[in-house]
Amino acid sequence: MSTAADALKGYKGRARAALEAWGVRVWSDVQVENDAGSRFEGVILPRSETLDDLHVVLKLKNGYNVGLHVDRIARVSEVGYKEAVYKIPEKEFPRRPDLPSVTLLGTGGTIASRLDYRTGAVIPAFTPGELYGAVPELADICNLTTKKLFGVFSENMAKEQYVALARAIGEEIEGGADGIVIGHGTDTMGHTAAILSFMVQDSPVPIVLVGSQRSSDRPSSDAALNLIHSVRSAAYGEIAEVQICMFGPTSDRYGLLHRGTRCRKMHSSYRSTFRTVGDIPLAMVSRDSFTYLHRDFRRRDNSRRVKIDAVYDDRTTILYYYPGMSPDLVDALVEKGYRGIVIAGTGLGHVNKPLYPALKRAIEAGVHVVMTVQTLWGYAQMYVYDTGRDLLELGIVPLENMLPETALMKLSWVLAHTDDHGEVMRMMRTPVSHEITEREPHNGYLIMQGGLPEIEEFILSHWK
Amino acid sequence: MVESIDYADVGLIAGLEVHQQLLTERKMFCHCPARRYTRDHDGEVLRHMRPTLSELGEYDGTALMEFKTRKNIIYLLHEENVCTYEMDDTPPFLVNQEAVDVAIEQCLMLGCDIVDEVHIARKQYLDGSIPTGFQRTAIVGVNGRLPFRGRELSILQVSVEEDSCREVSDKGHLIVWRTDRLGMPLIETVTGPDLRTPDEVAEAILLIGRVCRSTGHVRVGIGASRQDVNVSVRGGRRVEIKGVPKAGWAPGLVHGEAVRQVNLLRLREELIRRGFSAPADIGCESADVTRLFASSEQSFLRREGWERFVAEEKRRAGFELGNGPFTVRAVRLKGLTGTLGWPTQPDLTFAHELAGRVRVIAGLDQRPILLHGEKWPDYHGSLQELRRVRAHLHCNPEDAIAVVWGPGEDTLTAAAEIRLRYVDALDGVPNETRQPFPDGSTDFERILPGPDRMYPDTDSPPSRVTRERVERLRAALAPRPWEREARYTAAGVPRQTAYFLIRRGAARLVDMVVDGCGAPLRRAAELFGERLKGLRREGVAVDAIPDERWCEFFREAARSAVIWQAWDVVVRAMAERPGVPVAALLAEKRLGCAPDGWEEIPVAALAAARARAHRHDTGLLARLAMGIAMGDLRGRVPAERVAGAIRTEMAGR
Repeated sequence: MSTAADALKGYKGRARAALEAWGVRVWSDVQVENDAGSRFEGVILPRSETLDDLHVVLKLKNGYNVGLHVDRIARVSEVGYKEAVYKIPEKEFPRRPDLPSVTLLGTGGTIASRLDYRTGAVIPAFTPGELYGAVPELADICNLTTKKLFGVFSENMAKEQYVALARAIGEEIEGGADGIVIGHGTDTMGHTAAILSFMVQDSPVPIVLVGSQRSSDRPSSDAALNLIHSVRSAAYGEIAEVQICMFGPTSDRYGLLHRGTRCRKMHSSYRSTFRTVGDIPLAMVSRDSFTYLHRDFRRRDNSRRVKIDAVYDDRTTILYYYPGMSPDLVDALVEKGYRGIVIAGTGLGHVNKPLYPALKRAIEAGVHVVMTVQTLWGYAQMYVYDTGRDLLELGIVPLENMLPETALMKLSWVLAHTDDHGEVMRMMRTPVSHEITEREPHNGYLIMQGGLPEIEEFILSHWK
Repeated sequence: MVESIDYADVGLIAGLEVHQQLLTERKMFCHCPARRYTRDHDGEVLRHMRPTLSELGEYDGTALMEFKTRKNIIYLLHEENVCTYEMDDTPPFLVNQEAVDVAIEQCLMLGCDIVDEVHIARKQYLDGSIPTGFQRTAIVGVNGRLPFRGRELSILQVSVEEDSCREVSDKGHLIVWRTDRLGMPLIETVTGPDLRTPDEVAEAILLIGRVCRSTGHVRVGIGASRQDVNVSVRGGRRVEIKGVPKAGWAPGLVHGEAVRQVNLLRLREELIRRGFSAPADIGCESADVTRLFASSEQSFLRREGWERFVAEEKRRAGFELGNGPFTVRAVRLKGLTGTLGWPTQPDLTFAHELAGRVRVIAGLDQRPILLHGEKWPDYHGSLQELRRVRAHLHCNPEDAIAVVWGPGEDTLTAAAEIRLRYVDALDGVPNETRQPFPDGSTDFERILPGPDRMYPDTDSPPSRVTRERVERLRAALAPRPWEREARYTAAGVPRQTAYFLIRRGAARLVDMVVDGCGAPLRRAAELFGERLKGLRREGVAVDAIPDERWCEFFREAARSAVIWQAWDVVVRAMAERPGVPVAALLAEKRLGCAPDGWEEIPVAALAAARARAHRHDTGLLARLAMGIAMGDLRGRVPAERVAGAIRTEMAGR
């Protein structure tokens, strides 16, 4: 893009022509008078590309923005030029020999950021110095090292990033880190936590994924507290597994540590969106304490050697079954060369009869088909009904209480090891990190229903 | 020092920010019902606010101050009036266009130019009054003017924004907010700094109130409109007196603030005279003097007294209560003797300024909040204690002393804040937001935020306002209040009645019956502006009577003026059965026309009167007969005809 084009960032068509005619550009400090004699003083802002070509956006001296229609603008005069400077203040991160060392790996989600007040652009804070400027409490917890691996939104995380991330974790652990924190967008954090649970095994130290549900440019953001909780968990926590650290309740109270294979984002916007499914969370973490809830987890042990097994085959998919699903879908997957299909079936793990021939064809063609449940809680138990038994007969393998997304991640990992059906199924059904559990505790399924007197009583006596 | 001043002499300048809730069905950025207030709650959320880095990599002054206060914030939720948006757990839905329409209408009423594209901005508030930490707000109109005292009052801008939470309590480090009001649409009208006296400020508040209410699309009642009054004097700075609930409070508050600023400027001169010029010149040292008060007669200066206070107030560690053991901290203010007793507002001194900062920023709120050597309380052993404190801090005679008490960490914050307030005093008047009280005094609320706290709302797209939309709204606009005032007073309606009609929204009904049903203006104004008040007080649902019924009433009254005699009977019936046409109500009650053989009634009435009264007092007799007859004939036969019939009958005898 030419410099001239940059100078009119986002403006097109008539607005662009008008700005050119007035001889002003983005960041020009201007005085504008419109056809009603109203005067506006402020700075011309860049315009979003998706908006129309009829308005010029001005940041007024009092901080408000307004859009002025080009046809109504009578006079424009430039009195100055104020380009926004995108820079995060950096303060040197203080290091103390008595504190543990933690490495923060960045994938692209912004954990801390600075807001450009002029444009509203959010500039990520990432270096230790930048993070220290934004969340000074970190310096009391650990000596922080940061590495930016990539800059992608969480929905764009895929094979390449998973492999690179797992390797980077291995290197940091080998390099002596006392804990790893991974900054990650929340949308697919569960997927990444699951795949890392398979790719990074026997870690001697905690590996903690963290993000935020309210961006860090907001005063009410959960980012700083999540960051503090996760860095503490990496530095001092006892759980040497891949885990997700996000808000427990929506109140600023404590974070929960969820096992990477058993965790899911359950609300599109709540702070307390991550929930452990089919089990209880591993622990609670606050600014000054850990409360371990689960008895069964792998403890921190510096003598253990981490094993990195970073392979991934992305010719896999989830088929979310719905009534009346056409068999064409299955045939199309086979035709397109998919090697593994995770079915999220209804109830105990079911699909309708018309799908059977297509599934049979798929399995005969060498596609590995496994069954999970779209109820998320509970086991695929295919011996209960005829439908289940028929599907077993076809060669579809039930994955007990493995979550569908975890199953997809695991299948992708397994298929990068072997194509032998027996071996694939053996690996799928042998838990690596509690992705299948033998027992579902009775308190592992708790979706409380509002309105019930006892629940309302409970809600009223606890911060949500 | 100064209590009565010449406002022109000191260069008093004032302007207004008038907040007015709009009458919409739903809130501004979610689908919750507007103005459904509740007194209880069925859920709570605990949050904190953290300042965000601003453009220059610095924290905004207000933001930093509010972070220092380390407030725990609790939001009370009620399922009836809030959803997950108000809890800041769901992003905003698209802006309520009904609210934007009403805002545009308001702007047109205020003579504003409507902006072409409305951009939602976020205005940061870290006091917790909005759970996101910012208020969503957008400019809708600019450049308006209103006729005012023979000149013009300029309207700089009108913005539409979401209302904030209502404060329930604020104790120590815990502030509690009710969320029911949060998110209701309101407009903020900002006037130019055009007002010159306290009375003008009150008058301008009333004028803007009438303008807003003229549309009939704003809310009325307690808290539906609130104003911030900006005041400064020459050499002073803008101070915002926030949330003035009534115009009547304004004169006292504006006067008090003008006096305060003049006195603070004089304090500045005094400090300069004493050789203070830069912040570094303000020397403050503080020390823990808890021990010196261990057996003080002032119970709040003793640990047991503090513990009793904590227990009585049910202050919990980690919530209301700050950190650290109970501490009495004395602050030595070098060379500042006499400044604590320096007058500021009428009846208050500079120590009150310090106490305000200590209360808000350090969270030390046990009255009297701060003691100082210039007005040390009188109790047994008091002078000795003060002497010991001064000696402990090695005070010279020219040093002043202030004492604060509470949790240790908070007393350190307080000592630092006392110094900062003196640093501000070198500058004269600090930019502040102040809280008003009915007695005309104000207290510190927060540092006045600057434009740095405004930034675009990345969650909301801008919305275009086409000229067609503006013209459509303009065409349906109610008359401006001054146009109505002129018309009403010319017809003989008293000015106060005219104001009442405009303020309470009944002017619309007056204009409707005058224009549409041929009602006489004065009559209509009297009915709606005066007579209905009594019925409303009795609880008669006069405001629920549909427009159509009023039109019928005035048409019937035009046909048969006699029903005015029984207007209250008719209106009561209309309120009771708003679905029934007025003609039917009149027929049922046999009102509006003379019953057959009505002439017998005055004759019989006179006979009855004679039986009761002394027959020689003809005047009394006539009045008595009239009263008896009208009992049956009110609203049916004009009174003068009944009186005539009685006269004839009396003469006939």
